[in-house]
Amino acid sequence: MVRFLALLMCLASPALGEEVVAGLSQSRIAITTDFDGSEILIFGAVKREAKIVTDPPLQVVIAVAGPSQSVTVRRKDKRLGIWVNTDAVKVDSAPSFYAVATSAPWPDVLNNEEDLRHHVSIRRAIRSVGAGVADSEDFTEALIRIRQSKGLYQTNINAVQLDEETLFRTSVRLPANLTEGDYHARFYLTRGGRVLDSHDSVIAVQKVGLERFLYRMSRDTPFWYGIMSLAIAIFAGWAASAAFRMFRA
Amino acid sequence: MQIYLPIAEVSVNAFLLLGLGGLVGILSGMFGVGGGFLMTPLLFFIGIPPAVAVATEANQIVASSFSGALAHLKRKTVDLRMGTVLLIGGLIGAALGVQIFNTLKAAGQVDLLVRLSYVIFLGAIGGLMFIESLNALRKSRAGKPVSTRRKHGLAHSLPFKMRFRTSGLYISVIPPVLVGVLVGILAAIMGVGGGFIMVPAMIYLLGMPTKVVVGTSLFQIIFVTGFTTLLHATTNFTVDIVLAVLLLVGGVIGAQIGTRLGAKLQAEQLRILLAIMVLVVCGKLALDLLLQPSELYSLGAAGGH
Repeated sequence: MVRFLALLMCLASPALGEEVVAGLSQSRIAITTDFDGSEILIFGAVKREAKIVTDPPLQVVIAVAGPSQSVTVRRKDKRLGIWVNTDAVKVDSAPSFYAVATSAPWPDVLNNEEDLRHHVSIRRAIRSVGAGVADSEDFTEALIRIRQSKGLYQTNINAVQLDEETLFRTSVRLPANLTEGDYHARFYLTRGGRVLDSHDSVIAVQKVGLERFLYRMSRDTPFWYGIMSLAIAIFAGWAASAAFRMFRA
Repeated sequence: MQIYLPIAEVSVNAFLLLGLGGLVGILSGMFGVGGGFLMTPLLFFIGIPPAVAVATEANQIVASSFSGALAHLKRKTVDLRMGTVLLIGGLIGAALGVQIFNTLKAAGQVDLLVRLSYVIFLGAIGGLMFIESLNALRKSRAGKPVSTRRKHGLAHSLPFKMRFRTSGLYISVIPPVLVGVLVGILAAIMGVGGGFIMVPAMIYLLGMPTKVVVGTSLFQIIFVTGFTTLLHATTNFTVDIVLAVLLLVGGVIGAQIGTRLGAKLQAEQLRILLAIMVLVVCGKLALDLLLQPSELYSLGAAGGH
């Protein structure tokens, strides 16, 4: 019965409501040797059968999340006159990159309940049990602050341009210090703070060419990578000094 | 030109790296030191993760000491026997050092360890060198010859004696092995060759003749830093070959320029300059430990590397 109802709702909602049709300027990002960050354009349209309802207005939220990892956040304290790492909190899962763009200020686009369910805001995208330290909130805040200062976490209010309640677009700046993996771009259509429809697209971020070769080799065959590093270094050192001698002579 | 370093996973200006390599190269050519003790802290300052800086610097030192050691081998100013004894100690020390490094890394204290080691060693060596060269400068001003005396110390009274023909010594192997162990630990923890410890130790502690000291220490450094590189590459995956090559090319060219500049300065003046430089780097690192940092929190990967 419950399943049947759920199925019915699934079938019913698109017919009544509005659907996202989404696009990305790039679905692959290659980290090459001269990689210096990248900007992706994210766009889309709203598909609907019925006439446009204008109240409450349609809003769009777009979140781009990098692969999640656990992170240890450490805090320094003064011990014996020097600053030493003392307390540590393990954050179970935090995205390595997270950018969220909205078409209006937070309370208008998404209510708290929906944010909790879909993990849209940065705070909700981080999963932390926070055992051990009393003020574990401070550690999560520090994580967000540090990553924001590196451009890894971004909250861009009003950055999604929505035209005629139908076409929308925004752009997300990916910094140079990206981690490899599948990045998910999630689109949410909302009205009055409730999610109407969502969509998920994958952006593959990968090291390519020399970068990929060296990285894979250092993980797969670390011993031979070490030997190769030594050989290259010795050769480069010798070659540079030989070249310099020739240049002088 | 920005370049993405595959292992450090940061994007850095290639010319900045070449320039840093060149600058440290000039200094190392002028003063006849490896320069690892300057390069590693500089890499911290430009935002290379400390673990990558230490491991990559070990790799770079292999290369820069290789050409130096070749030149000394040709001139026969390497005591191979003494070098081998120091090397045995060095390999033990490097293995110990990487163990200590990895244990503290898991505990989140590796930064502190590296910085504290730098402050202590740079402070001690810089201070001693400064006082000593100041005295020497004053004596040479007064016109008195600087006396050198041969000590008959600890190295002669301990057991397991061995004859080192090239150095003209008949001493116990225990002190050189211990010196080797200490240098090996430093190489693994601090990403330095350890010449700045080994050279004074060889002269003052072991009583080796000055002409074989540099060649012998270079010989030992190649193998110890090579071994350290391999250990870091296999346990921490932190050797960045792209970073190493960029620093190296700058470094080799800088060293050639530095050697020429160094020939124009007096030995005592050079040593005072070097001492001041060592103390400045030490002071900067000490301040970082003593002053309240602007960001009290730091991030580290959890579990494993």
